[in-house]
Amino acid sequence: MLHAPDAQTRVNDFVLKLANVNGTGSASANALVLKSIFRMGVPVVGKNYFPSNIQGLPTWYEIRVTRAGYAARSGHVDIMVAMNAETYARDLKEVSPGGYLLYDSTWPRPALLKREDVALFGVPLARLCNETFEGVRARILLKNIMCAGVLAALLDIDLDIMRTLLGETYASKKALLDANVRALEMGHAYARAHLPCPLPLKVAPLPGELSRTAGHIMIDGNTAAALGCLYAGATVGAWYPITPSTSLMDAFRSLCEQWRVDPETGRRDFVVVQAEDELAAIGAVIGASWNGARAFTPTSGPGISLMNEFIGLAYYAEVPAVIFDIQRVGPSTGMPTRTQQCDLLLAAYASHGDTRHVLLFPADPQECFYMAVAAFDLAERLQTPVFVMSDLDIGMNDWMCPMLEWDESYRPDRGKMLTLEEIESLDKFHRYVDLDGDGIPYRTLPGIHPKGAYFTRGSGHTQFGAYTEDAAEYQQVVDRLKRKFETAKTLVPQAVFRGCDGRDAAIVSLGSCDGAVCEALDVLARRGIHLDYMRVRAFPFGPEVEEFLATHARIFVVEQNRDAQLRSLLILETAVDKRKLRSILHYSGLPISSSSIVDGVLAELDTLAPVRSAVL
Amino acid sequence: MSFIAKPRIDHPGLPKNALGLTRRDYEGSMSTLCAGCGHDSVTAAIVEAVWGLAIRPEQVAKLSGIGCSSKTTAYFVGGGHGFNAVHGRMPSIATGAIAANRDLYYIGVSGDGDTLSIGFGQFAHAIRRNIDMLYIIENNGVYGLTKGQFSASADIGSQAKRGEVNLQPPVDPVLTALTLGCTFVARSFSGDKQQLVPLIQAGLQHRGFALIDVLSPCVTFNDHEGSTKSWRYVRENYEEVVHADYVAAAREITVDYAAGEATEVRLHDGGRIVLRKLDASYDPTHRGRALNYLREKLRQGEHVTGLIYIDQKSPEFHEVNNTSDMPINRIPYERLTPGAKGLAKILSRYR
Repeated sequence: MLHAPDAQTRVNDFVLKLANVNGTGSASANALVLKSIFRMGVPVVGKNYFPSNIQGLPTWYEIRVTRAGYAARSGHVDIMVAMNAETYARDLKEVSPGGYLLYDSTWPRPALLKREDVALFGVPLARLCNETFEGVRARILLKNIMCAGVLAALLDIDLDIMRTLLGETYASKKALLDANVRALEMGHAYARAHLPCPLPLKVAPLPGELSRTAGHIMIDGNTAAALGCLYAGATVGAWYPITPSTSLMDAFRSLCEQWRVDPETGRRDFVVVQAEDELAAIGAVIGASWNGARAFTPTSGPGISLMNEFIGLAYYAEVPAVIFDIQRVGPSTGMPTRTQQCDLLLAAYASHGDTRHVLLFPADPQECFYMAVAAFDLAERLQTPVFVMSDLDIGMNDWMCPMLEWDESYRPDRGKMLTLEEIESLDKFHRYVDLDGDGIPYRTLPGIHPKGAYFTRGSGHTQFGAYTEDAAEYQQVVDRLKRKFETAKTLVPQAVFRGCDGRDAAIVSLGSCDGAVCEALDVLARRGIHLDYMRVRAFPFGPEVEEFLATHARIFVVEQNRDAQLRSLLILETAVDKRKLRSILHYSGLPISSSSIVDGVLAELDTLAPVRSAVL
Repeated sequence: MSFIAKPRIDHPGLPKNALGLTRRDYEGSMSTLCAGCGHDSVTAAIVEAVWGLAIRPEQVAKLSGIGCSSKTTAYFVGGGHGFNAVHGRMPSIATGAIAANRDLYYIGVSGDGDTLSIGFGQFAHAIRRNIDMLYIIENNGVYGLTKGQFSASADIGSQAKRGEVNLQPPVDPVLTALTLGCTFVARSFSGDKQQLVPLIQAGLQHRGFALIDVLSPCVTFNDHEGSTKSWRYVRENYEEVVHADYVAAAREITVDYAAGEATEVRLHDGGRIVLRKLDASYDPTHRGRALNYLREKLRQGEHVTGLIYIDQKSPEFHEVNNTSDMPINRIPYERLTPGAKGLAKILSRYR
């Protein structure tokens, strides 16, 4: 019998990491552990680090139990489940001093590495499964569930909740349910008999009033974005499969099959086009939007690269389009299953010529939902492409967020789209004339009235839509487009602020950095370092962004790319003095951790002694 | 290039179609192509065909890519919306537009560069999806706007204006379309309005992707001795294998055909295509035999024209998708959203 080292009791505050081989069915067991803790009322974060592969390569799942409700990685591992011999050495190395490691002791492993400051627990999972279950595949899959049972005993996870969850998963498959429950209980019983259960690191339920997860859901950003598309009234989705955006269209399609199919006739109120490539996907979106449907495409960086020419057309010809960029590590093919925020500049200025685009920066699945809806309204209001700049971390990981709500009074903002009656009452329709002074012209749909007909073109055109090579006529149109971009500043979601008490120093960040920044702010505050915080939520930047930048002397710009793209965008598009902006960059491909921000701020303060005094 | 606004001259004696509209109502802006360009004849044939079918101008959506041919969508049916897309990518715009509104007539005009080089992939996949549109290639074997480079449809041995001889084999759009499963495949010649106008009408009424490859000589860069796409060469070397006449549902056949000479294909709109076979052995409903026949004639240096193949049975894009009859761009928002209660139901599994 091993004894727990003298770790502090860390109830509801620790990190569990599971190292597996991909293709062995570990995902469902990981989800079972995550969801069980969530149902106990304790906030959790789940992050999946998986290979661009179907079977045989290393994969990790990290579960952070966080009573404070932080949304980011902490950067530490307290208990490792090392099920992959290939990565055993590095997995052991990653465990924090005083932590634990669980391994499969079926096979004698005399040469296993050890650490004096880590407690090793062996459980003969494979042997137990082989003795109990039939079939190679079942044994492999159930080994993971048995392991979940061991963890339930070690961490004091409620076994009844786990049984209930299995019941929900296998509601219509009795035999599978029985086998899973049996594996779970065997693992639990074995651990109770042979290991020091529970560990000082454990989950304590927060029932009823105490619950920190009541009123919340666990959902991934791609599903939430797909829900947003459904609720925005999108009817055409066109895409080319690409990690990590694929699950967005999968979710949209399955939602539509549930809600948009006539139960009697089977007729569908939606079209999903799996295009031959990303060029065709964005082409179909533009064609559908031009024809009055709400249309979108989910993609990732390589797809945006391919779409550039069409994006320029939509900008210049003023056709709405909604593009979800679920960012992954670049350049080129990069690391398709790792996360980054590396497409900011690419998207902001996509396509040749003078172009600028509207970008939205969701921080979590909740914002993916609401910003998806906003993206369709903005695209139609502004008659231009709108990008929702999500990333792999938001898109594919399960996040705890408040229950999504829907305002029944919502109706799509179709923007300045003329009705049949309005067209009939006109003497003559001119497509690109700025009647209202906001840079936004009026549009008509095909099929309504011959007086509304116009010619959509990417070639030089006059404000009446006619072909031109005349300098003044060309400039009149592109100058108006610039005015339209000014109008966009007043329509996009505003930045959000935290702790703005007139301090001198601040953090500016965006998107999925938010959880890590918020936690880092708390950690720094405990060390006596207090910083203001602004999270930008859209490009172009509104006046509130300008003001924040102007009123802070030292600004740390936190983002997940190598080249400080948000910082570049701020320098290019605001009046900020670039010497004020110090970068804290994280671009390893793993989601940013709070500790990397704390370390970054401390390091910067060390190199900037005068600033430190200003901050403290 | 002309910047002159096209004058509109309506003569009271102009014939009217069933909607009371004259051919003038189906014209567009002034062509800026070279005088004598074959493409202008195709434009005139489209005007004639759409007028003859009495389609309301706003029911026509005109789509094109980039190039001389793609400019022509501005020159016909000014009362319909036009979309001049990027080079070679009109089929994807068409796919989206058709997805959004299944009720309009879609006319795509492209060229041999736009379709067979930069747009080859999109062309192939539009055929595969069998989107309901008429797709006309104005095929002249040459890049006009960039002044005379060979296109992918230039024949081996064909000579450029400056004397260069093409050594690469051509991509034949008709053979390609037949191979890809295209459901309406025709070839015509811009100088033969008698053949082209009814083909356009049949193509517009066909349910699915209708391709007409129109040999349309470039008078400026490819109309010389040694070119196989010159007026003279095409006129001397084209053979009509099946002549198609479109007959609307309400109309009776007024032309007399000799017994055994004509066969009919019924269209989904109730109209008919009456086919007059000029080669008795030819069967335009047999894909394999059509392919063999074409290959044999190509070897002899002949352009087979007419309605080469038709398949009225294969489902088009919306039938495959089982889309609602109401165009989805007109479905009221209330029908599209599950509402707040629906959201709570959807999210229950995420608790």
